Amino acid sequence: MQLDTLVSQFQKKDEKAFEALYNMYSASMQGVIYNIVRDQDIAEEVMQDVFIKAWNNSASYAPEKGRFFTWILNIARNAAIDKTRSKAFKNSRKNLDAEYFVDILQTSESLEDTTDAIGIKKFVSKLAKKCIKVIELLYFKGFTQKEASEALDMPIGTIKTRNRNCIKELRTIVLE
Amino acid sequence: MDIKAYIDSGILELYVAGALSEKENKEVYDLMLQHPEILQEVLEIESAVIKLTSAAAQPSKTNIFSQIKEKLKFGNKEVKVVSIERTKYNWMTYTGWAAALVVGAGLLWTINQNNQLESAVTTAEIEKAYLEQQIEEAKTNLAATQNLLNVLRDREIISVPLAGQGNFATTYAKVYWDKKTNSIYLDAQGLPEAPEGKVYQVWSLTLDPLTPTSLGTIDDFNTDDNKIFAITNANESQAFGITLEPEGGSESPTMEQLYTLGVVASAP
Repeated sequence: MQLDTLVSQFQKKDEKAFEALYNMYSASMQGVIYNIVRDQDIAEEVMQDVFIKAWNNSASYAPEKGRFFTWILNIARNAAIDKTRSKAFKNSRKNLDAEYFVDILQTSESLEDTTDAIGIKKFVSKLAKKCIKVIELLYFKGFTQKEASEALDMPIGTIKTRNRNCIKELRTIVLE
Repeated sequence: MDIKAYIDSGILELYVAGALSEKENKEVYDLMLQHPEILQEVLEIESAVIKLTSAAAQPSKTNIFSQIKEKLKFGNKEVKVVSIERTKYNWMTYTGWAAALVVGAGLLWTINQNNQLESAVTTAEIEKAYLEQQIEEAKTNLAATQNLLNVLRDREIISVPLAGQGNFATTYAKVYWDKKTNSIYLDAQGLPEAPEGKVYQVWSLTLDPLTPTSLGTIDDFNTDDNKIFAITNANESQAFGITLEPEGGSESPTMEQLYTLGVVASAP
């Protein structure tokens, strides 16, 4: 499989493979990071840190531990959250707790030009609050199922099926 | 194992989210290798999540990847990644400049060619004029020679050989006298070049009593090619003589410098 080859090339410090992987995942990571830090300059700074960390620690990835996407997603979420915990960041930013990724999608003008974006906006507008929260915590914030279950005060089984249904709905919109 | 129930449980969505334990991750991985439909499901979930999260990305102000490469000190050869728009601009610009250079070079070349051709035309014109002049001269020479030949062949023309005199015995000359036109043609090829400051003077003589009449000096003797000179002579000449005189000529011949002398045959 092409992705496996790319990843193993990347682990052998192939710069071209690294660039290819960057192109595959950078937008996604930028979205996740921006959603956490809510500042474009800081987000770009964190982006650099994330991919530099990925390059330097490429040996720590192994396919049996999870998807490569999930591996880099974890690095991105952790780096962004670390950033929000820094003293400088706390001093300059207000409380972000009440914000969800949905706000960005609904206000962002940069989305207008892609069909995916139109679909996603539509999806977001009819998403139930329960979907928004579960997606926010599991994908954008990196909560474990147990953490999500506690945060949303729901059994793990409910989290799983609800999330499954929400993602199913997303897939029908963006993957057709 | 019920693959469908496994997929429907929602565990794969959590797998992609990274919300499972290490043990669960390994379990999903092993099943993915055994069951292509599980792998397919994971790929679709992942793809949908990538699209959703990408939608939250804001447009970059800087080229993040080129900064990453710079910080990682990737191959110096290709440190900067040029954005697509920039490339387009450069492509247009370079192509434009290249085209301008080609046209400019072509123009210079054409101008150069034109100058060369003009110069060649000028040269050709000068050569043509020179050749025309030569032809003209040749024609003139031919006419003169023809004329001379006619004179020599004319029965009416009196031919008078002039023999060398005294110290100048080796010299000679010849006079062709056309009485109808009162002109003589002096063939002075047998005379040496006139020394500087001196000129040959031609005399018409009557013998009884001996009376010399100057027919003039030959000022262009040394420069003339064929040494044939046409001289007007309306006298009833009985003899012709040639003396060397100081420049400008003399009133009467200097007898010590008499080079050649010839008497007209009294035939007619």
